[in-house]
Amino acid sequence: MSQIEEVSLDKFKHLVSERALTGETMLLNMGPQHPSTHGVLRLLLELDGEIIVNCIPDVGYLHTGIEKNMEAKTYQKAEVMTDRLDYMNTIGNNLAYVMAVEKLVDLDVPVRAQGLRVILTELQRIASHLVWLGTSGLDLAAMSMFLYCFREREQILDIFELVSGQRMMTTYFRPGGVWRDVPVEFEKAVRDFIKIFPKRVDEYESLLTKNPLFLDRMLGIGKLSKEVALSYGVTGPTLRASGVDWDLRKVRPYIGYEQYDFNVPVLTEGDTYARYLVRVQELRESMKIVEQALNKLPLGPVRSENRKFVPPPRSEIGVSMESLIHHFKLWTEGFPAPKASIYNAVESPRGELGLLLEGDGGPKPLRVHLRTPSFDNLAVLSQIVKGHLVADLVAILSSIDIVLGDIDR
Amino acid sequence: MGVEQKLGNMGVVTTTLESVVNWGRTNAMWPMLFGLACCAIEMMSAQSSAYDMSRFGMELMRASPRQSDLMIVAGRVSKKMGPVLRRLYDQMPEPKWVLAMGDCASCGGVFNNYAIYQGVDEVVPVDVFVAGCPPRPEALIHGVMTIHEKVKGESFKQYAEKYK
Repeated sequence: MSQIEEVSLDKFKHLVSERALTGETMLLNMGPQHPSTHGVLRLLLELDGEIIVNCIPDVGYLHTGIEKNMEAKTYQKAEVMTDRLDYMNTIGNNLAYVMAVEKLVDLDVPVRAQGLRVILTELQRIASHLVWLGTSGLDLAAMSMFLYCFREREQILDIFELVSGQRMMTTYFRPGGVWRDVPVEFEKAVRDFIKIFPKRVDEYESLLTKNPLFLDRMLGIGKLSKEVALSYGVTGPTLRASGVDWDLRKVRPYIGYEQYDFNVPVLTEGDTYARYLVRVQELRESMKIVEQALNKLPLGPVRSENRKFVPPPRSEIGVSMESLIHHFKLWTEGFPAPKASIYNAVESPRGELGLLLEGDGGPKPLRVHLRTPSFDNLAVLSQIVKGHLVADLVAILSSIDIVLGDIDR
Repeated sequence: MGVEQKLGNMGVVTTTLESVVNWGRTNAMWPMLFGLACCAIEMMSAQSSAYDMSRFGMELMRASPRQSDLMIVAGRVSKKMGPVLRRLYDQMPEPKWVLAMGDCASCGGVFNNYAIYQGVDEVVPVDVFVAGCPPRPEALIHGVMTIHEKVKGESFKQYAEKYK
């Protein structure tokens, strides 16, 4: 146990303005237990009446040591940790990890597995945006949004359960493909969802987009300029609402995104309302990708045949000696990865999710580091809330869509 | 103008004070709105239209610990969060119950490391543990029903001894 150091208050004086020291402005703690911080985030606010002078985020209340835990596990077993990282985007985290491993050991992925990955990643993006829409509706007192959004989210979770047996922590993607082929009901389940979902998005929009109460809370609130966004490394819909056309699915396509026809919604206003519009548009665009990927989905194997990295199917183990050996070796020792360092980034619902993986020749990674989008997006918060009311802070915080598991990891 | 006129033909029901109080407590058990990690999302699912926890008198999530009876510890508790959790628990008025939702809150789950409490019972006394990573909303509702069963069996004598 390391020694806990006493820190004097003087060390933190520079965080607040001079007026706070004379008692002219008030210091207020928001969180770590607060319904609109979307998790365990503590914000130290310096208030002049109801106007925010300074906002200092304090993170770390959910620090889990995920990176360190991953370094203690073999490449196959470390994947379960990525599920619990950003818990709204479990499948996207798996994707970032398995792609990094595949790059590191140079593993091929069958075409059908790529198609399944696209479908499930986009469904996960929709599910994540639905949770965001529901909870930010709840923050702005639109209670019915929460109930509607979670209704559709349940349908997506049912699809995940169908393919993997778990609702949230699926670990369905594996290095070299996916866990196993989808059941026959999968296509019908996704088609049913495609059929109803666009109408449901219209329903959400009819409740919110032109609602005067909603507009009053959103229009012109929390303006984030292009320059500030870029200098803070903001990514994802928050950046695209500030007028920067940057989506990794377009600019650096992976798992075959270049085959699909979709738009990247970009707005220039940069306020809370623009961020809302971008995400709602993304719901429709993701739906388009899911439909195209499902139409194109070829038949064939879903896992690589490279037995040095991918365990053989169970049916082979009983009849083939080599398969039995491979199975045993892979699950007891794991596979060795070369001495190399790989950075792989994917577009998560919140922005660029990057994973640095460093192999040391053994079956365990030497170093795993994550570049999580919420962390950088949160950093810009203190810049954009200045001069706004406390009630606006709730709207701004929900509009940048942070997940604390993603920040603290 | 007493209650007997409103009852109509229902007759008279005799019961004990204990069971009436416990009945009231089980049917209006307000949980604290306290999500930590992944399990919080499943807790929200349990509140939403598909599972509808309000069937059990739990539609009201209170953001303030002073207005709540049940603390659902939904997620992993880090070393930094532990003191905060204890403080929130201490602020809740008696009688109060704690439900440890999920593997992380119950035993540390997959995170056997420096950062996470290996079970929230190191910080607060827990009544019911719900297993799962994360538990399905049905599992959470079952955990709450288990707490209801526990509350129904409590007597004033136990309370008196507990808070002597």
